[in-house]
Amino acid sequence: MSSNKLLLGLAGAAMLAGSMVVAPPVQAEDSIFVPMLTYRTGPFAGSGTPIMDGMHDYFTMLNERDGGIGGVMLEIEECETAYNAQKGVECYESVKDRDPVVINPYSTGITLQLIPKAPVDEIPILSMGYGLSATAVGESFPWTFNAPSTYWSQMSGIIRYIEAQGDGIAGQKIGFIYLDVGYGREPIPLLDELASEMGFEVVKIPVGVKDMQNQSSHWLQVRRERPDWMIMWGWGAMNPTAIKEAAKINYPMDHFIGVWWSGGNVDVTPAGEGAVGYLSANFHGTGTDFPAIQDIITHVVEAGKSLADPDTVGDNFYNRGVANAVATAEAIRTAQQVTGVSVVTGVEMREGLENLNITAERLTEIGLEGFMNPMQITCEDHAGAHPIYIQQWDGENWNRVSDWIEPMSDRVRPMLEAAAEAYLADKPEWQTQTCN
Amino acid sequence: MFYREAGQFKTNYRTDQAVFPIFQDKIGVLVILAFLFLVVPFWFNDFWLNSIMIPTLIFSLAAIGLNLLLGYAGQISLGTGGFMGVGAYSCYKLTTIFPDINILVHILLSGFFAAIVGILFGIPSLRIKGFYLAIATLASQFFLEWSFGRIGWLYNYNPSGAIEVSTKRMFGIAITGPHATSLTRYLIVLSIVVVLTWVASNLVRGRIGRAWMAVRDMDIAAELIGIRLLQAKLTAFAISSYFAGVAGALMVFMWLGAAEVESFDINHSFLILFMVVIGGTGSLIGSFMGAAFIWVLPIFLRAAPRVLGVDISAATVEHFNFMIVGGLIIFFLIVEPNGIARLWQIGKEKLRRWPFPY
Repeated sequence: MSSNKLLLGLAGAAMLAGSMVVAPPVQAEDSIFVPMLTYRTGPFAGSGTPIMDGMHDYFTMLNERDGGIGGVMLEIEECETAYNAQKGVECYESVKDRDPVVINPYSTGITLQLIPKAPVDEIPILSMGYGLSATAVGESFPWTFNAPSTYWSQMSGIIRYIEAQGDGIAGQKIGFIYLDVGYGREPIPLLDELASEMGFEVVKIPVGVKDMQNQSSHWLQVRRERPDWMIMWGWGAMNPTAIKEAAKINYPMDHFIGVWWSGGNVDVTPAGEGAVGYLSANFHGTGTDFPAIQDIITHVVEAGKSLADPDTVGDNFYNRGVANAVATAEAIRTAQQVTGVSVVTGVEMREGLENLNITAERLTEIGLEGFMNPMQITCEDHAGAHPIYIQQWDGENWNRVSDWIEPMSDRVRPMLEAAAEAYLADKPEWQTQTCN
Repeated sequence: MFYREAGQFKTNYRTDQAVFPIFQDKIGVLVILAFLFLVVPFWFNDFWLNSIMIPTLIFSLAAIGLNLLLGYAGQISLGTGGFMGVGAYSCYKLTTIFPDINILVHILLSGFFAAIVGILFGIPSLRIKGFYLAIATLASQFFLEWSFGRIGWLYNYNPSGAIEVSTKRMFGIAITGPHATSLTRYLIVLSIVVVLTWVASNLVRGRIGRAWMAVRDMDIAAELIGIRLLQAKLTAFAISSYFAGVAGALMVFMWLGAAEVESFDINHSFLILFMVVIGGTGSLIGSFMGAAFIWVLPIFLRAAPRVLGVDISAATVEHFNFMIVGGLIIFFLIVEPNGIARLWQIGKEKLRRWPFPY
């Protein structure tokens, strides 16, 4: 009896909570709403947490130090997705009526779900260095941005790096180990195309999400195939496992290159000495030797307003989050300048993103001199063919071992256009734009 | 006092075997339907329709599918996620091969493909039972997941490996894709779920359903009284998979708008299984309750801190969420192992005696 009454009470409480949710949350008129889709839980939390910390802290720093952007405070709110596409869509639905300025999905899977929704809801998507490569074609995807580089450009840059090393690339065997989801499969069309053209061989080794932490069979295959180079498109718990397994079979680490999502400090530290020499692509600086990062430390971390472990500030992925926040913040600033509206929403933000131009001078101005390559987005090119560089782990820090490597834009751009056309082929009502 | 059947005499078999033999139940169901069809569309906002009502209905349908198999026919299956995937992928293929046919026809047809696959993987059930069958269906789950990821034809060789929904119209109104309003999609999902639930309720009351229950209670005895096990078990797998397949197609076309292999992974199968177990095996209304409990509770818990004005991080809420939902599942299983549906039934019996219980 009593337990049943308790249940009834619980049910009643649930109903009450439900009825409260119906009322739309009151929002301050004079703030810019920046939702963050985060994953600090689940098997991808290792990669996700530092990025979310970096983003969160940079935005908070702008609020604390400058009082927001252009005098308008940012309202930052996290929604936990656990890298799960369904939860991601749920998060999107819960924020979309509150005039979010931009959505950073932080998952290629979630990005794919949101791309068709963006033009209808008029909320731009900034998938910074991930997502659907074809969305770089601004004419076909007015609402989606993937600067600084698509996966295809990045892959072409990595291939260029390999080509420039001792033995060149023709006749080499390249192993491609990837997380077997949309994200990992994304660069395959380009890799296949370049393989036939440049005369190298590709061995593809997919790692299922379930096998992320159990890759012994995959690396057995690597041992059998003996590829000259390994390229990894990994994420979450896959990265440290792969690096540990590679160390275990004595694979030469300086011939093992990770995508820029496979270069976190959390990815290399578990392998200890074995990871020394591991390479990874990148597009921004690491460490805390930048005035803006120092500002984050003073205004946010030391003020106790950060969720981050102070030791992780300046880590590769933490700075990735900062870079993402910089792009978002600069786009908001550009939107304010271009449209003259100070409390910008999605429509103005789209203008801001399309006119985004972070010059070297501007980077110095915001205290991030040399942090990243100047970044420009245009109406035609929502990714911008920005160069990448390769960094190497020395057991303590990441060191830059290459110059800025330009992607093979002449090769990649036609493929992007073809892919965009294929994507739109069965969508007659798709909203496109003409760039002048 | 009000909820009693005194005075309602059954004078023929037809009334005695009705879906709702008690008059008040009939009114109750009509009120609920009227609420869902007439009140919800006007009162609820987009978030409610899109993130709560539509998914709950779709998961209810999948849970009904699994319940037919697990609760009525007694065959354990861990392959529901895979069967839902078969429905979704075949619906996707149907829409690309026959783009001019109405999408609703495709959704209902796609269930048949799931049914065929269900029959194939149901064949082992003739020889193996219980946990061993669960493991055999687990194999189907992994095989299907592998197919969705590896057979390029299934996703039209899309580089991202995902299936996407394009805008389809009926009478000039967008019913799928980003242009379809959540209201349209909600009404379509609701109609399909209501019709299929009605079909299911008639199935389980009829010859087929009674054959399933006989097999569930003791298959040798069922065989001795003349029930063909082959037929009974395979129809259970087929019909259960049909429901799962339609639910999968609805999930992609009416709710998510795009899907990858991960949308149909093993966790998805477990989710549906939990819904059935929490809701109550062998009960259709339990499927709805289980789906609502498992799907809606975490959303409320996630929204609660913001509504109450408590400032805790989203990740902490998520951790609490896991603990609270997990704790409640254990609590329910201890207090009422037969699920929420059993509580509902007890409640109804108490109501009959109210206000003079004995």
